[in-house]
Amino acid sequence: MPNDTAIQMNELRAGTTSGDLMRVVIVGHVDHGKSTLVGRMFHDTGQLPDGKLEAIQEMCRRRGMPFEWAFLMDSLKAERDQGVTIDTSQIWFRHNARQYVIIDAPGHREFIRNMVTGASNADAAMLMIDADQGVRRQSRHHSYLLQLLGVREVAVAVNKMDLVDYDEARFRQIETEYKSYLEGIGIQARRVIPISAREGDNVATASDRMSWYDGPSVIETMAEFELPESPVDRPLRLPLQDVYKFDDRRILAGRIESGRLHVGDELVFSPSNRTARIASIESWNTGEPATTASAEQSVGITLDEQIFVERGEVASHVSDAPIETDVFHLRLFWLADTPLEVGKTYGLKIGPRHLNATIERIERVIDVEALSDHEATKVSRDEIAEVVVRTNQLVAIDNHDNLPRTGRVIVYDRHITLAGGIVSMGSYPDQREQITIRSSNLTEVDHGVDNTRRAARNRHQPGVLWFTGLSGAGKSTLAMALEHRLFDEGYQVYVLDGDNVRTGLNANLGFSPEDRAENIRRVGEVAALLSDAGLIVITAFISPYRADRDRAREAGGDSFREIYIKADVATCESRDPKGLYKRARAGEIQEFTGISAPYEEPTDPELIVDTSDKDIESCLDELVAYVKANFAVTAK
Amino acid sequence: MDRLDRLEAQSVYILREAYAAASPLAALWSIGKDSNVVIWLARKAFFGRVPFPVVQLDTGMELDEVYAYRDQYTKEWDLDLVVIDCPPESEMDPDLPPMTRSAARKSAGLAKLLDGDAYKGIIVGIRRDEEATRAKERVFSPRALSGAWEFRDQPPEFWDQYTTDTPEGAHLRIHPLLHWTEVDIWHYSQRENIPINPLYFAQEGKRYRSLGEKNITAPIDSNAATIDEIITELETTRSPERAGRLMDTEAEDSFERLRTSGYM
Repeated sequence: MPNDTAIQMNELRAGTTSGDLMRVVIVGHVDHGKSTLVGRMFHDTGQLPDGKLEAIQEMCRRRGMPFEWAFLMDSLKAERDQGVTIDTSQIWFRHNARQYVIIDAPGHREFIRNMVTGASNADAAMLMIDADQGVRRQSRHHSYLLQLLGVREVAVAVNKMDLVDYDEARFRQIETEYKSYLEGIGIQARRVIPISAREGDNVATASDRMSWYDGPSVIETMAEFELPESPVDRPLRLPLQDVYKFDDRRILAGRIESGRLHVGDELVFSPSNRTARIASIESWNTGEPATTASAEQSVGITLDEQIFVERGEVASHVSDAPIETDVFHLRLFWLADTPLEVGKTYGLKIGPRHLNATIERIERVIDVEALSDHEATKVSRDEIAEVVVRTNQLVAIDNHDNLPRTGRVIVYDRHITLAGGIVSMGSYPDQREQITIRSSNLTEVDHGVDNTRRAARNRHQPGVLWFTGLSGAGKSTLAMALEHRLFDEGYQVYVLDGDNVRTGLNANLGFSPEDRAENIRRVGEVAALLSDAGLIVITAFISPYRADRDRAREAGGDSFREIYIKADVATCESRDPKGLYKRARAGEIQEFTGISAPYEEPTDPELIVDTSDKDIESCLDELVAYVKANFAVTAK
Repeated sequence: MDRLDRLEAQSVYILREAYAAASPLAALWSIGKDSNVVIWLARKAFFGRVPFPVVQLDTGMELDEVYAYRDQYTKEWDLDLVVIDCPPESEMDPDLPPMTRSAARKSAGLAKLLDGDAYKGIIVGIRRDEEATRAKERVFSPRALSGAWEFRDQPPEFWDQYTTDTPEGAHLRIHPLLHWTEVDIWHYSQRENIPINPLYFAQEGKRYRSLGEKNITAPIDSNAATIDEIITELETTRSPERAGRLMDTEAEDSFERLRTSGYM
């Protein structure tokens, strides 16, 4: 054998079809002993391959250093020379009936993206803490990342107990501090184990130097880890990777992320909203064709109708379809050197779908040390933040809490992955209801009276004056006053507000995000009809979401004018005509615009009326002048 | 789903991502047990056909049985075979140890294949459990024009989201078997009835555990003459799969050097 042998660990696997496979990532602060633990586990369970121990001894001898277990995993020469794990690695390991993949993740701050790469593939995690140094920055940061990555099975190994004389008090102190931190971010540690990886205490066997500890060893704890449940009984999600036409079959290919499907099922494809039934499940070299398939399977299906669908669409059952939206909250971990900036457009990948998204605002940056929030205008490398993103097209997604696999996204710029994030809708509504046209047998009928004749008789053009603004900005007051003035001047004019639509037309709607959006959608459609009838319609709704207003604009067509009745939150709160701000501050009203829910300012309104520093009369004059300039028919 | 179903589903997912994102695409076919499984998985992913060329980097030094297998299954599986003649050893870096230099011919053959931006994606059947630097690989591994592996600065890869975009002139190595083990390959080959090159089965106490060029690969002592016997042997052996691949162990970092300069 050459005297300078490279380490190989290929043989470290066995019995691969019997028993389950548990993927465990070892994480924690740099130098807290992650790679050493892995080396020790292999040695103490007799799984080191022939010649490996001698090879490590030889490499250490040549470097004039004491024996280093970490050399088992640190396969790159640069890693051994510098004594630091650079990139994540994997090694196969078997104990009793169970097979493990041990994923070693670097603890150095410089290599967080490699830690994320390793940990994202894990079913469970072992967090390492140095008993001497205690809980450090990466101990916290790594555990927070595990939470975001979706690793739910966690245990803690308090290492280097030999350096603190196997002192129970020191162990209990770290145990209490760290457990409380983990609980603060929603992680329940299965075990906290005092160990010495270097000496082998509580790694594979109980330590007689810590008789005060009677819990399981690291190896025994790994045997307790439970595999995550496969989401077969959840709603069906099949994101399409591709559509193949290699022969006379047109096959839709993808992996089922959750749920199950059967031949004959009706599927809806989001966001195109086309529907068709499954005609067959296609496969090669599997004998009898399958009639059903479920989560985790890569499948191909054909449909009973040739509808146009493409890569990136999500197939589901009609009754339990994903959310369609162009705006949502993202809790993200930023990995890139250049900071995230508000207003900047990035690439977004949701499953196989690629699209552009703009960062609308940063809600908070989370300090992983103190678990506190602060406001910020940018998010720097290795920070965790909550942001609002707006996509350039509708996307089909899920709340991460509901369906993790279709509720997470990647942020990228050209070929560089910048961040990962998990999705929550918060108060943003599912827009599916707003865009789905259910009737398909509609024919447009020509009106006998055209718009020119209506305008001629009314002596003004029809219009939708869409007032938007915070509660208390003066929308209703101005709308009523404007209606009065215009009517007196001979205009056909009418106000739609909460009072007259919520009691009748929209009496069946509550205050969920979807119902609020539907409320605005109906107002937009009614306003469009009334304007079509020749009227000037004034609407007075907060209508905080740009998507809702854009839809109203689409319904209203050329006659639509967005008028921003502008006043800041402080001004509105000091007015508080209905006492709503007070109740919102007291927590009696949830999702109150401006307090606990966002108001998306108009980006390009036709008119801005600033009510914070003007009296009602002068605001009214502005509005009347605007209407006369824009809607009066001057030529008789 | 059992273990093999999961492995297969993941590999099929990777191959479909590759086909959708990296065009033009090709697969390297060394005609060994691993790349045979890659071809098989491609037929699974694409319903019976392999919709891209398969490339043999030919040093002219393969064992006869390897060429026989290639010719037979190129025809039977209707493969679009491309054979690249690897440049001679005399053109390799003279600083490399002798057997490593011989292996470097394949990197040079690959560079020849990629010359002129011919391919955006190259599918390679390497596995993490084969060798320690391969354990650090990404599923989609972006490579510079030279083919060099920037192992100090690999992109993050998580949630099955792969780096599919590359700068001009660069290419992607795509590794659909990265998460498989040697025993997985045998269990799967057995389940799927994939034809096995007879060199893997013991004759007169010797068999090839890993196939490479005849000048730098040695058979191991073994009596395993069936897949079942091979699996039993692998479950008890403590010697590495690539022990017979002599260039791996010429120096502490000889294989690392091969890989960072573009070897598979």
